[in-house]
Amino acid sequence: MNARIIALVRKEFLALVRDKRSRMILIMPPLMQLVIFAFAITLEVKNNTLTIFNEDNGAHSAELINRLTHIGAFSELRYAFDGAAMQADIDGQSSLVALHIPSDFSARLERHEPVAVQAIVDGRRSNSGQIALGYLNQIIVAYGAELVPASVRRGAAGSEIVVRHWFNPNLRYLWFTIPALTMILTTLITMIVTALSVARERELGTFDQLLVSPLSPGQILLGKAIPAYLVAIAEGSVIVIVGTLIYGVPFRGSLLLFYLSLSSYLISLVGIGLFISSLCKTQQQAILGVFSFLLPAILLSGYATPVDNMPRWLQFATLTNPMRHFFVVAKGEFLKALEPAAVWASTWPMLLIAAFTLTAAYWLFRHKLD
Amino acid sequence: MISFRRVRALIVKEVKQITRDPSSLLIAGVLPLVLLFIFGYAVSLDSEHVPIGVVIEQPSAEANDFASAFSGSPYFDVSLGTDARAMERQLVTGGLRGVVTLRADFAQRLDQPGAIAPVQVITDGSSPQVASFVENYARGAWASWQLQRRYESGATSGGPLITVEPRIWFNPAGVSRYFLVPGAISIIMTLVGALLTALVIAREWERGTMEALLASPVTRIEMLLGKVIPYYALGLLSFIGCVAVAIFLFHVPLRGSFGALLLLTSIFLLGALGLGLTISAATRNQFLASQAALNAAFLPAFMLSGFLFEIRSMPGWIQAITHVLPARYFVGGLQTIFLAGDVWPVLWPKLGALALMATLLLALTAKNLVRRLDA
Repeated sequence: MNARIIALVRKEFLALVRDKRSRMILIMPPLMQLVIFAFAITLEVKNNTLTIFNEDNGAHSAELINRLTHIGAFSELRYAFDGAAMQADIDGQSSLVALHIPSDFSARLERHEPVAVQAIVDGRRSNSGQIALGYLNQIIVAYGAELVPASVRRGAAGSEIVVRHWFNPNLRYLWFTIPALTMILTTLITMIVTALSVARERELGTFDQLLVSPLSPGQILLGKAIPAYLVAIAEGSVIVIVGTLIYGVPFRGSLLLFYLSLSSYLISLVGIGLFISSLCKTQQQAILGVFSFLLPAILLSGYATPVDNMPRWLQFATLTNPMRHFFVVAKGEFLKALEPAAVWASTWPMLLIAAFTLTAAYWLFRHKLD
Repeated sequence: MISFRRVRALIVKEVKQITRDPSSLLIAGVLPLVLLFIFGYAVSLDSEHVPIGVVIEQPSAEANDFASAFSGSPYFDVSLGTDARAMERQLVTGGLRGVVTLRADFAQRLDQPGAIAPVQVITDGSSPQVASFVENYARGAWASWQLQRRYESGATSGGPLITVEPRIWFNPAGVSRYFLVPGAISIIMTLVGALLTALVIAREWERGTMEALLASPVTRIEMLLGKVIPYYALGLLSFIGCVAVAIFLFHVPLRGSFGALLLLTSIFLLGALGLGLTISAATRNQFLASQAALNAAFLPAFMLSGFLFEIRSMPGWIQAITHVLPARYFVGGLQTIFLAGDVWPVLWPKLGALALMATLLLALTAKNLVRRLDA
């Protein structure tokens, strides 16, 4: 009986590896992900352009502008000489933020009178714009505070704020991306291999040959599941190795816990993949089915944007998404050395999903055979 | 010479194939709307209800005053506590995204001249976006609390000397959904356009119907037109559906004209269809074609188009890659038409780039539609 499954697994591997173009499908995505996308994912704000419309000729605006040239969020300054030019810079997306310094800026500061500068942000990039504005604001307010005479400043109570980021002190996005890529890549491969293999055999007619063989439905399912699992584990390991050894992302947790949890995750995916492929008659339908699962799963995993930002009802809906649970473990084991109890808290939901999807796939599979 | 009779026959055949196979309608009808729905609700850059802990080791008027900056904010769901260690453990398990700690001697040190009363903020750096949000908010709250104290103690006469008056043009409330939804439409149209067509030529090769077409007197150009026109119409319909959802469900303002939207989308769709057809003609296999469509169209559009991740923050060589992605121009163009209006100086270069790419891709498809079996 085991020999039969092994034979089927061998056949599946041959079907995957034999074709040069199929091999590319196994090799290209991880390569692209690691080489390009790993560096593309960042929500940092830098290298933007700031337009300055300065109507003031005094020393204070010159000094302030000088200080603004040292912010990482802006690498380029543009000068506008009238309001229309400033507006054109924002409309035309030449600049993210435009700063308007009024003509009485220096004069008022000399007299210690409050003065306001106007900042215009491009609302098409309002998120980055507001972050960049935050940096501008800090510098401008600090400059204003320096100008307050020391005699008046005295008496301000001493307090300081100390911010520390645990697990990722410099908030490097790569440290967040590599665990996510491990997850996304294994997901992609598992879904492609499981969902498409049954549909392809059905379309090519080789599925009937499998059915007349002495294999039981359960054995056929296992024969389809094992190669997907093995390929996914292998590709996941490649990302873990490259991520830690070449990109220097720490792996602080336990590899054993990580792989156990990854296995539970993959089993739940295999169930979903087989479920989709038993539903579909053609490869095209299977591809669509996979896509209809993958994209929502990725968007609702907390990888694209945090689960915290979603509406409450959607946060509850994400609990049925195995990817959301595994993302906690992937990030946790890489960065936080998540302890067994916490890993289990995210792993049992995946096992529950796996039990459900595998049963459904098996039932549907048998049902279709009869 | 193009025979319009033959082109029409091909279009009729393709339309019948589309209407009889539920999957094409699924790709063009259901998938975009479901995706837009998910994108619209799931993808947001606006943090709300972030769970954080505030630890006050020793209650005092000053400490409570500072903490109220967090508990009164809609951005946070605050758990109050007195034990910093217990709170910090929840950073590890994922229950909290940040912990703000005021030590037992906070009030005492504030009153003591020369002493520094620290406010400690620890964040969960494993989610960098949320961590920087917590940091920025905490720094802002601390600064205004400082100012408030100075004002109350009479040390300064009113607010700060220089203030910044921010105005967010096109999007005064700074709602990220307003620019994410037009971006999402671009990603969805990239996917729909490429996926629809990636499968069609490959399907003809796989099913052997390509041989039948090759035996007919149809020329390359006619075959190309016969494939492009029906899917172009289908793509346009699904785009209009997406725009309707954006306006009526997500209330994204449409400040530009519908004509500009159609022009931009038409040119973009031709390129997207061209890409799908090129893939399809080159792979001749549905499995590979769909994978290639995913890798060549969807993923780069999602990651590199500037829809979510800032292009300017990427390394230079990746920024260079983004210039050859049609989605980059489409995202920017749609955002401009929706939020800013018909700003032609912004739109012309994007339209030009898209037209160039569409021409190249369609030419490539025509070239790849080799009328031979052994190629």
